[in-house]
Amino acid sequence: MNKILLIIKREYLSRVKKKSFLVVTFLVPVLFMGMISLVAYLAVNQGGFGDKKRIEVVDESGWFAGKLLNTENVQYSFTDNYTKAKATFIKQDFDYLLYIPASVTNIQMFGEKTPSALNKSAIETTLTEIARAHRLADAHIDSTILASAQQEVSIDAKQITEKGEQDAHTGAAFAVGFACAFLIYLSLFLYGAQVMRGVIEEKVSRIIEVIISSVKPFQLMLGKIIGVGMVGLTQFILWIVLTMVLSTAAGSLMAGKSGAAMQQMQTAQATGVKMDAATKAAANNNVTSLLDSLNSLPVTEIVLCFLFYFLFGYLLYSALFAAVGSAVDNETETQQFMIPITLPLIFTFMIAQTVIINNPDSTLSITLSMIPFTAPIAMMIRIPFGVPPLQIAASMVFMVLGFLFTTWVAGRIYRVGILMYGKKASYKEIAKWFMYKE
Amino acid sequence: MISIRNIVKQYASHRALSDVSIEIESGKVFGLLGPNGAGKTSLIRIINQITGPDSGEILFNGQKLNQIHIDRIGYLPEERGLYKKMEIGEQIIYLAQLKGLTQQEAKLRAKKWFVKLGIESWWNKKIEELSKGMQQKAQFVATVIHEPELIILDEPFTGFDPVNAEIIKNEILELNRNGATIIFSTHRMESVEELCDSIALLNLSHKILDGKVKEIRNAYRTGTFIIEYEGAKITLDSSAPFTTDAHIATEDGQQLKIHLHPQTKVNDVLQYMLPRAGITKLEEVIPTMNEIFIEAVSKKTNN
Repeated sequence: MNKILLIIKREYLSRVKKKSFLVVTFLVPVLFMGMISLVAYLAVNQGGFGDKKRIEVVDESGWFAGKLLNTENVQYSFTDNYTKAKATFIKQDFDYLLYIPASVTNIQMFGEKTPSALNKSAIETTLTEIARAHRLADAHIDSTILASAQQEVSIDAKQITEKGEQDAHTGAAFAVGFACAFLIYLSLFLYGAQVMRGVIEEKVSRIIEVIISSVKPFQLMLGKIIGVGMVGLTQFILWIVLTMVLSTAAGSLMAGKSGAAMQQMQTAQATGVKMDAATKAAANNNVTSLLDSLNSLPVTEIVLCFLFYFLFGYLLYSALFAAVGSAVDNETETQQFMIPITLPLIFTFMIAQTVIINNPDSTLSITLSMIPFTAPIAMMIRIPFGVPPLQIAASMVFMVLGFLFTTWVAGRIYRVGILMYGKKASYKEIAKWFMYKE
Repeated sequence: MISIRNIVKQYASHRALSDVSIEIESGKVFGLLGPNGAGKTSLIRIINQITGPDSGEILFNGQKLNQIHIDRIGYLPEERGLYKKMEIGEQIIYLAQLKGLTQQEAKLRAKKWFVKLGIESWWNKKIEELSKGMQQKAQFVATVIHEPELIILDEPFTGFDPVNAEIIKNEILELNRNGATIIFSTHRMESVEELCDSIALLNLSHKILDGKVKEIRNAYRTGTFIIEYEGAKITLDSSAPFTTDAHIATEDGQQLKIHLHPQTKVNDVLQYMLPRAGITKLEEVIPTMNEIFIEAVSKKTNN
């Protein structure tokens, strides 16, 4: 037992002390935050990045004159002669030529360059609005009546539990479940591969024979798996802490700037661009309802299950990764054995995004959350939607049994594999190793 | 010290050890010899409990070999290696701790050994920064640092230059004088005569020869002698107590290679020769371990 502790300590320290560990641990949150800020910044300032487009409009219907207003990005100017405008387009300074026939169908836009999707859809929306208003007026339909006729229906999902009625927040459950499953999926690959590389390193450097003349192969394997697992936990905790610190710092920094942005918006409002009161209310509503729905999720249950499935999923898969590492002489040979191990993971992750998340209580979802190889991902998707305790308990028991079984199998392969040099391992060969007596 | 009894080890397609029994006495240097693939490494791995035998048993000081003996054995494998990215001092301490030493004790002894072998200034270097010879020295320290009763060395001198090989050889002999039993596996015979008290010879999974080095060499004596004398070649008559293998002229005289007749002694040869020639040299030709090795192996292989 003492020897396993020594091995865990070495495996842990030798990885944590590496420069690459520090770099990855500190860089990932920075990059992550940087990426999020950049995306947010671009999304907010979307318009500002496009140049102003000048569009020449030939309107044969006469519906649009005076109604097609210039915006921040587009400047319209009207002309009458389509043939002439088309002929002289190249020489002139316009970006696009918009041709609206008398029938207001088959509208065409010409340009030296293809218009961006954003520009095109913006113009389409504007034209549609104007055309619709015009046709309604033609048909003598009151636009207020129309607005009330176009009611959109939305359903408020509620759960009935013993505590009474409760809001069911499908969106939040969706997001949280997916995020947890993705983290588990990622970390199984990340740290499982580290275990495998560690095994190969010991084999290639030939230190393995010295070590296993002091400890049993199984002890070495277990020590390595636990050591790397602790490295993973350390890294996760540091990532969470750093991201929180960074986002708090960024938040207070942004607060100053966003104040300025708000002022700008208010001046913009005052000068004419009116923001619909209803839209504003909706935006506020969205924020509160998001917080509300996050609070309504079974947080303790999610955290506990995440830790459990992360831990046992990692233990189960890394034992298999260790067995693969022991069977090969270098990393390039691992490919053929990796496929059957990674396949269930990839399969579940793909299924998770469609079938499980849309139908968390289907037979398929329940089955996948019971099989130890697929449960860490499948169950994490299901948990936020609420899973009967009996199913969770059963899945956890299977998980532990699966871990014990794969570790036992992997250990039998590992103890023979680590001493085999220069032998090209096949599945048949590995099956034989498994059958060897002590 | 070690009693190896009827060990059989079968791998999927070939037999590594067939019914091998060997006795290794305490405090001696024991040579485990044999050509490549004879089963030496398989046997050593069984003694180290890295693998187990299919049948047969091994006694360590009369006790059936088990986990408690692991810390009392030091093993230098033929395929050597250390963690490339780990500092050398730290690494030796780690390996010593795996053999049951406390950290302080391990550090103390490691420092002492590093000074002794002249590598103390490399304590904080990573293995990949060291020369091959330096790595080997470090590995040797890792093998003996826990003062094992039994030290198993598989081809210990490969990778050393002659100077360092001599240093390591003297360290091995000193450990032996201090009471450690040494098992020394090799296919290089010249080191055997110098170091080993007893040997066992393995070939194609069988033990084909074992015993004390002296006794084995005596057993392989054939009564062959070389005689050199001055002057012209003499004629040998039928009363000579030997048969002649060769009789040739050398730079400063003649050389005679003879086989004694049964029941005759060296004195009989001298009595016959003295009146006839001025003898300058008489020497018995005893086969070297190398010749015995080759003869034993080829005899078995031919049968």
